[in-house]
Amino acid sequence: MTHDAKPGGTRRTIRRHALATRIWHWVNAATVVIMIGSGLMILNAHPHLYWGEYGANYDQPWIDLPHWPGWLTIPSTYNLALARRWHLTFALVLGFALLAFMVVSLVNRHFARDLRVRRREVAPRRLWADVKAHLAFRFSDPERPGRYNILQKLSYVAVIFVLLPLLIGTGLTMSPGIDAAWPWLLDLFGGRQSARSIHFVCAALLTVFVVVHLALVILAGVWNEVRSMITGRWTIEEERA
Amino acid sequence: MSRLITRRSALIGLAAGANGLLAGCDSLGREGPVRKLIFKGDDWNRRLQRLVTDRTALAREFAPEDRSPVFRANGTRNPDTPSYNAHAANDFADWRIRVDGLVATPLDIPVAQFRAMPARSQITRHDCVEGWSAIGKWTGPQLAMILKAAGLRDRANYIVFHCADRLRGTPYYESIDLVDAFHPQTILAWAMNDEPLTVPHGAPVRLRVERQLGYKHAKFVHRIEAVHSLTPIGRGQGGYWEDVADYDWYAGI
Repeated sequence: MTHDAKPGGTRRTIRRHALATRIWHWVNAATVVIMIGSGLMILNAHPHLYWGEYGANYDQPWIDLPHWPGWLTIPSTYNLALARRWHLTFALVLGFALLAFMVVSLVNRHFARDLRVRRREVAPRRLWADVKAHLAFRFSDPERPGRYNILQKLSYVAVIFVLLPLLIGTGLTMSPGIDAAWPWLLDLFGGRQSARSIHFVCAALLTVFVVVHLALVILAGVWNEVRSMITGRWTIEEERA
Repeated sequence: MSRLITRRSALIGLAAGANGLLAGCDSLGREGPVRKLIFKGDDWNRRLQRLVTDRTALAREFAPEDRSPVFRANGTRNPDTPSYNAHAANDFADWRIRVDGLVATPLDIPVAQFRAMPARSQITRHDCVEGWSAIGKWTGPQLAMILKAAGLRDRANYIVFHCADRLRGTPYYESIDLVDAFHPQTILAWAMNDEPLTVPHGAPVRLRVERQLGYKHAKFVHRIEAVHSLTPIGRGQGGYWEDVADYDWYAGI
């Protein structure tokens, strides 16, 4: 921890992110873009979603999605075969990176120390206070600047323990080979076409998370935030009382 | 200070950057080490799937009322060649299925004999690579029984299905390995939903390989060949779509 005296305030640098967290973050930054881009390309092949075991032309979709333009998809022109190759190869990266991150974060106590949600934190009063702080562009608690605020905790917990596992689980349910061996996946998600629908909904929520995450990084100060995710060091500006 | 970065130039830069990135992804997928990587994924997924799952596990079978009201036909809906049309006009009475390649006893099975063989019926889900699914009932002899009758030689690694349809002038074919060839649900179906196969669904005989995607389920099968390697066939990738459009050979994912 270093202290630099500056006119009008102090500047402290703290170690914020463990190496494993930083590696996982940047692996995901690339992988999630590839998964969303190639996923939209795959969806372009049949942009209709159904509930249940079956669903094809002539069946009733619950939603007809638009055709995703080339600048959003990987590859940028319609190519289902290559999109599947991107998607299914990087699915292995996404899945095993999450697994490794979870194991390391249990061992280095990242989950227990930084992400454990305490009962008092989710009291409506506290949640509302944090919403107001966000709206006022105050993203960290001056008392405990190195700690995640409750909205941060809840969104990271949702992504790590709900969205990503659901994406992986529903993705596996779309494999006819896996379905044969693990038919309980079909029961869990209510059929192959339901799994496909849930997969899309989770991908949409993950996209919302990425957009909000990037917006907050910009608002909180790009350089400090990005540097903290590269070197682990994060600078706190403190005003003199 | 001059404003080197205006909002307009930033936006143009961002858009150009995104396009450049995507163009980059396109070319990465077309050649070089990244293409090698994403083409290896097929192999890794197959090996991993076989490692963590039971190789003999059966695809789920459904009740008659679970069948989809309409079963969409995809790919070649009618081979429409003079020879196929002649067979169709004759109700496929003279259709024969040849079994050859690395076998002890090549077979040449008339379709009538084929339909008289002990058959398996199964109501299964068909998953198209595009994402849709349909459920139907399929009836026909197990491929394993036919391969045992022909007697596979030791060097045989793959079973190739030669079809009567041509796409863009190229004969359709597909291939599977012996794990799937000897799977109990891998059948040569001649009936669908208790009726003889219709032309759009692959009359008179189509492959059902229930743990893989639709493009593996070769229609209009007239020859089954046991081979050591897929390299000498077509362009060597193991199937029509694999050859012409880079589809994965292993379609269990």
